[in-house]
Amino acid sequence: MPPAVAASGSAPNASLTLQTVASIGFGPHPDWVSYLVKNPQGKWVHSTNLVVPAHSLIRITIYQYDTATGLRNPFWGRPVGTVGEPSVNGKPFAELNPDLASHTFAIPELGVSVPLKGVADNAKNQCSVAPCTLAEAHTTVTFTIRTGKRGVFRWQCFVPCAAGFILGFGGPMQSFGYMDGLLHVV
Amino acid sequence: MIEVAGHRVPRHGVRIVSIWVVLCAIVVPLVVFVLGSHLPPGRMSAEASAQTDANTVLTALLAPIILLVGVHFVYSLVVFRVRDDALEDGPPIRGHGPTQMAWVLLTAVIVVALAVWGSYTLVQSAHGAAGGQGPSPSDLPKGSKAALPIQVIGQQWAWTFRFPTYSAFETRELELPVGKVIAFHVTSLDVTHSFWAYELGVKADAVPGVDNVAYVTPRKLGVFSVRCSELCGLWHGHMAMHGRVVSAADFDSWVAQQKAADAKNLPDLGPYQRVYFPEPKHRAG
Repeated sequence: MPPAVAASGSAPNASLTLQTVASIGFGPHPDWVSYLVKNPQGKWVHSTNLVVPAHSLIRITIYQYDTATGLRNPFWGRPVGTVGEPSVNGKPFAELNPDLASHTFAIPELGVSVPLKGVADNAKNQCSVAPCTLAEAHTTVTFTIRTGKRGVFRWQCFVPCAAGFILGFGGPMQSFGYMDGLLHVV
Repeated sequence: MIEVAGHRVPRHGVRIVSIWVVLCAIVVPLVVFVLGSHLPPGRMSAEASAQTDANTVLTALLAPIILLVGVHFVYSLVVFRVRDDALEDGPPIRGHGPTQMAWVLLTAVIVVALAVWGSYTLVQSAHGAAGGQGPSPSDLPKGSKAALPIQVIGQQWAWTFRFPTYSAFETRELELPVGKVIAFHVTSLDVTHSFWAYELGVKADAVPGVDNVAYVTPRKLGVFSVRCSELCGLWHGHMAMHGRVVSAADFDSWVAQQKAADAKNLPDLGPYQRVYFPEPKHRAG
């Protein structure tokens, strides 16, 4: 189980900062796509084990460094479950072209699903090894969710983004710490 | 009493059968009239009712068999227990032709009768028992031509539902109008899942590239649970949700609400297709 990383701030307002990378670059699976999370000390941690306060607004910022894979089900192109519209690079959006999606951040049991726009295939200065920096090509997706009572909720990516695996599933799509995680509401 | 090897002994067979008959007279009606109403999957749909009836009949038939074995077992333990320290073999037991023949015939009759009855029920009254019948179903319920089609899409790890009758909107929720024949078109976007709407008695495999049709006619208002019954990966156990059977008016209102919510998404969803193939859009795979 990857280490638990708490959100910054406390109830009723907290924030989480994550990044997605095309290949983590270290560990047992250096070429796997993955999420990382920034801990309250500002250090990037390879984990998808997130801790947030209950009955709070959680501001989530995701720096998205991967290129688009595309949604197999375009249904996930519509963001749902957020407080207000999410934004990509500062612009609110109610629908993302399914072909432009690189990943999704989805907490199905909470009804949250936000598509993450991918970096253009021909973008310059693409990140090759995590953790990526803001100087490298990325999109910034921000949104807010409201937590309710305490509980543990799974979250996942709905884009079949596991390059090298049959049909894009398997590997990181089936593994904690990469494209699947737990949200601990405490 | 009868005489066996110079000893007068009770008629054990008569005793056992007598006890068995009395117990059957008590237990079988209890199974039919008391336990039957609690057997799964319940009576939320016509097909679930047929399944519950089948479970009740099978349990009622099973009860005398279990009782016969149980009574014989307990009777033997109590009556034939050695009460002193004498260690000697009992009388040799040899084959008894009529008993063996009766046993074989009785069990054969029960099995064949159940097979005939089960097949008749499956085809005629349960209309495929709400199971997936593949893309060309043969056991059609009355009113199937006017059935409401609902596409069930399994994907790692969620269910979504498309309603081709209503602009083919897609939603994560499932509401059904009571009294209407529903044609579930079950398919998958990735691996094999299995759509199991427990209280409705519906179970149909969701296979990529296959349109697996299952009919159901909801009869009662209420909530039913949906599960995936095919191990499908990391979050298989989380492919669970609840659906609702509602009145026709409430269903119309829900449809209008869902269509409005999905309006911006509809152009991207593309035209309704009976099947999908798990081909990667760009890079993956």
